Amino acid sequence: MRGDRRLFRGLDLSLAPGTYVQLIGPNGSGKTSLLRILCRLLEPAEGEIRWDGANIRALGEDYFSAVTYLGHRPGVKDELSALENLTIANALNGVEVETESAFGALQQMGLAGRERLPARFLSEGQRRRVGLARLLVCNTRLWLLDEVLTSLDKGAVGLVRSLIEEHLNRGGIAIVATHQELELSAGVTKRLELTT
Amino acid sequence: MLRWIVWRDLILAWRRRSDILSTVFFFVIVVSLFPLGIGPETQLLRSIAPGVVWVAALLASMLSLGRLFANDYQDGTLEQLLLTPQPLFLVVLGKVLAHWIIAELPLVLIAPLVGVQFDLSRQTLWVLFVSLLLGTRILSLIGSVGAALTLGLRGGGVLISILILPLYIPALIFGAGAVEATIIGTSAAPHLYLLGAFAIVSLLFSPWAASAALRISLE
Repeated sequence: MRGDRRLFRGLDLSLAPGTYVQLIGPNGSGKTSLLRILCRLLEPAEGEIRWDGANIRALGEDYFSAVTYLGHRPGVKDELSALENLTIANALNGVEVETESAFGALQQMGLAGRERLPARFLSEGQRRRVGLARLLVCNTRLWLLDEVLTSLDKGAVGLVRSLIEEHLNRGGIAIVATHQELELSAGVTKRLELTT
Repeated sequence: MLRWIVWRDLILAWRRRSDILSTVFFFVIVVSLFPLGIGPETQLLRSIAPGVVWVAALLASMLSLGRLFANDYQDGTLEQLLLTPQPLFLVVLGKVLAHWIIAELPLVLIAPLVGVQFDLSRQTLWVLFVSLLLGTRILSLIGSVGAALTLGLRGGGVLISILILPLYIPALIFGAGAVEATIIGTSAAPHLYLLGAFAIVSLLFSPWAASAALRISLE
């Protein structure tokens, strides 16, 4: 429910480890709302979400140590460098990363040589890459990615694909709202289509 | 965790020093306008000094409170802060602590200096300093609730003043009262005790109220 409008109803699914869910649907069909409900930024009007059998409301903050959510906005601070963005975001999530592994993650995302540049000098796509670098160093089991492929070039989309494949092989779950087909070679792919 | 949030906000503030300076300049200018406008009537200046300095501090904190959550809200980092595995009130407390260091502490430190313009004695300046040191914590704490409530609203700056300034009244009364008491030669202690008590009460309630308001604003 958003305002007076019902976005979707009767949604019932359970996901096993290693599942990739591609969330599709026309603009305004509730893809973002669904992802925000799944990470507790929004409360569902009815129903409940369970993680490992426990209601996520009852899990409280512990649930967040299992989830990484990347939204429309990259969540990157303009004043901080790529490196600081990554280390601080991780420290706040309770994962203190070594400077070397942060460097490694940024290099893998194709940001070599720009690690210490304030993020405001980076392009839109590069900023997105900084946000995505978090996926390399976090050790969460559920990834909720909302339109993260926008303004990424082919190479970066390939990178994200391999990241998700590795994640699925480790037994993770990824729910991704995107119109781009990723054609993963690992895990089980499901498609969830929301209609207006 | 608290340490990281404070550290993060301090780095961010340092990279945007102009924001800190504009608040301090506003405070200095507002306080200095009164002696310039009234002229060298020391008796009158001395009696209005506590109120003027305190009101200027309240208004200066209005300037900085709008930025408390707004910048993080715009670039999506606030959402990420809400999704960290720690109680939200700790996140709020960290941001409030950083706000106090960035926006209020400079005012507290410079207040005795601008207070000289009002021909205050050394002891009075000391009490002014202590009352602001205690009272500005209240401003940051209660202000965070207003900042969280008005997040993402158009014209939030005006709204925050309407919401929060009335709640500042007790701090203003006891803060200015402490300085006044020293000027007329009685003890400032009762006023300062009450100010401290009010600071503790707002420390107990504000972070929770602000967290609840943040959740609503981000829906």
